[in-house]
Amino acid sequence: MSSPRHLANRRSLLAGLGAAAVGISFSACSKPAEKAATDGAEEPKLNFYNWDTYIGETTLADFKTATGIDVNMQLFATNDELFAKLKAGNSGFDVIVPSNEFVTRMGQAGLLKALDHAKVPNMKNIDPQYLNPSFDPGNKFSVPYTWLVLGLGYRKSKFKTVPDSWKYVFDSAEYKGKIALLSESADLIRLAAKYKGVSLNNISPEMLTQIEAMLVKQKPNIRAFHEDNGQDMLQGGDVDIVIEYNGDIAQVMAEDDDIGFVVPKEGSLLNSDTLCVPVDAPRPNNAHAFINYILDARVGAEIYKTILYPSPNAAAKALMPEDYKNNPVIFPPADILAKCEYGAFEGAEKASQFEEIITRVRAS
Amino acid sequence: MEQSWRQAKSIFGLLLSAPLFWLAFFFIVPMGIVWLYSFGENRGLVDIAFTGTWKNYARALEPLYLGIFVKSLYVAALTTFLCLVVGFPVALAITFAADKWKPWLLLLIMLPFWTNLLIRTYALIAVLRTEGYVNQTYEFLWTNAGGLMTLVGLAPLGEFQPLDLLHNNFAVIFGLVYVHLPFMILPLYSTLDRMDRSLLEASLDLGAGHFRTLWSIVVPMSAAGIASGILITFIPALGAYLTPDLLGGPESQMIANVIERQFKRANDWPFGAALSFLLVYLTFIGIAIQGMLDKQNRGRAA
Repeated sequence: MSSPRHLANRRSLLAGLGAAAVGISFSACSKPAEKAATDGAEEPKLNFYNWDTYIGETTLADFKTATGIDVNMQLFATNDELFAKLKAGNSGFDVIVPSNEFVTRMGQAGLLKALDHAKVPNMKNIDPQYLNPSFDPGNKFSVPYTWLVLGLGYRKSKFKTVPDSWKYVFDSAEYKGKIALLSESADLIRLAAKYKGVSLNNISPEMLTQIEAMLVKQKPNIRAFHEDNGQDMLQGGDVDIVIEYNGDIAQVMAEDDDIGFVVPKEGSLLNSDTLCVPVDAPRPNNAHAFINYILDARVGAEIYKTILYPSPNAAAKALMPEDYKNNPVIFPPADILAKCEYGAFEGAEKASQFEEIITRVRAS
Repeated sequence: MEQSWRQAKSIFGLLLSAPLFWLAFFFIVPMGIVWLYSFGENRGLVDIAFTGTWKNYARALEPLYLGIFVKSLYVAALTTFLCLVVGFPVALAITFAADKWKPWLLLLIMLPFWTNLLIRTYALIAVLRTEGYVNQTYEFLWTNAGGLMTLVGLAPLGEFQPLDLLHNNFAVIFGLVYVHLPFMILPLYSTLDRMDRSLLEASLDLGAGHFRTLWSIVVPMSAAGIASGILITFIPALGAYLTPDLLGGPESQMIANVIERQFKRANDWPFGAALSFLLVYLTFIGIAIQGMLDKQNRGRAA
């Protein structure tokens, strides 16, 4: 099987790798191996914990040329993996890339360092609509890096009209056996709530019961719950319609003309990936310098050209070619986006409850 | 002069201390902590309080999770059975192969261990998927057969329908058998290879057919190998999660998938720990049963 295709998406291959090694570490056993260096006396190194294919091709080398700081990048596949690693303490990472909900969660858990905005002057490049988000008031811990929206990737030749409703995957037998849903429990339930016409936050218990019943009824029509490798299943012909992130589908659309993407008319779930510094980062000064570098217009443009995710960086976006700026997959229409929402962190109880609902659906 | 360990206790103790230390600090202590977690509760987002509650076990024994346990046991048992059925003839064939071939045949059995499980599973996806190698070959044969039939004046075969090989329970069982087969073949081979061949000759001389000899002589004599093969296939198959995750369909979740999600997505370590330890207890029961059978056999032999 062609592995480049697997490497070309952000969250899929490593989901498997991460699953292959559920690292259980214990905070009691860990001691800070590297003491935080005093200001100005940091060694020229930086540990960067990022998603796969989520940085420009030469960004890290250019940063080394510009500052002399050597960046060591490691990859994670899910926010949960990132959270589990930081929860154990002493991760050794200086810059991490958590999504919105997890910024709240890690902030509450005291795992993030408050950013020193004076050291990140390039914050001015960020489009103001992405600043001061509800998940991190005042950008205390996070700087926006990309945003993403979930939608439906589909094989154009198998559809007469654009499948612009979640109905195709949640409530219809028309594409029986050719549907793949996301395996992430919370995302799945929230999108189902969108289909039912309610907000994806604070879903009522009655609505959860209805959603569960709908998914149980739909299950025989579903081919698989994918581990965020939906774009690959779509490209490989295993399914005709799949729930995926816009950037993942944009990457395979570049290789296959018969693939389309739509954000359904009921609205969807928005996510925002951000740059943060862990509270026990050994080299916080380097971390701030790195974040500031990434926010630079030219550096940002180089990154987004590779990763094809929407950029919140207005200055970088201005430098991008038209086929990026006007790509309806990367930047869905404004009237649809208006119906999309961010998912808020609603506590550990709720996360556990979502998980149990999907376990029941899968066991039914 | 042969020395008993009793005569050199200090050296023996010294030699033993390193592995004992290793076992205690890197196996027993961590397992003990996870065991304690199973009696704990989440406090906030990162802390777990040991409250001695049985709540996690009560939840783990609800019909929902018991059902998943039963299903996992069934999948693991079926996998083990298929491994035995496929593995026994292979082990027998290697035993009777020429001496110069044996190391090479054994190497072929062990070769997959040199490749990462994830890579092997992705390779299986490439083989089984709708546009995978099996279906491509099948389609090639189908179209050619269709062309041939029109040529001889028969109706063509109709439109090609790819086989559904991936994302269902078949794929999970297939993947598990593929991964665990070496675990079955190796212990079988080691018992069969030590078997006294003269007993087989005696059986054949005394008029038993090949099949009768196999059934009445070879199988009973390799009972120990069969038992250990079953055990070391069944236990990892019961805890499999990568295979059902990647090859399975919506109905293929096994207990280890649920456990993994408790530790990662649900962030509910206490409940995950309780489920894990139920699995450990099941394994202990399995080993105990094997031990009892072993004892019985030995009793009979004596």
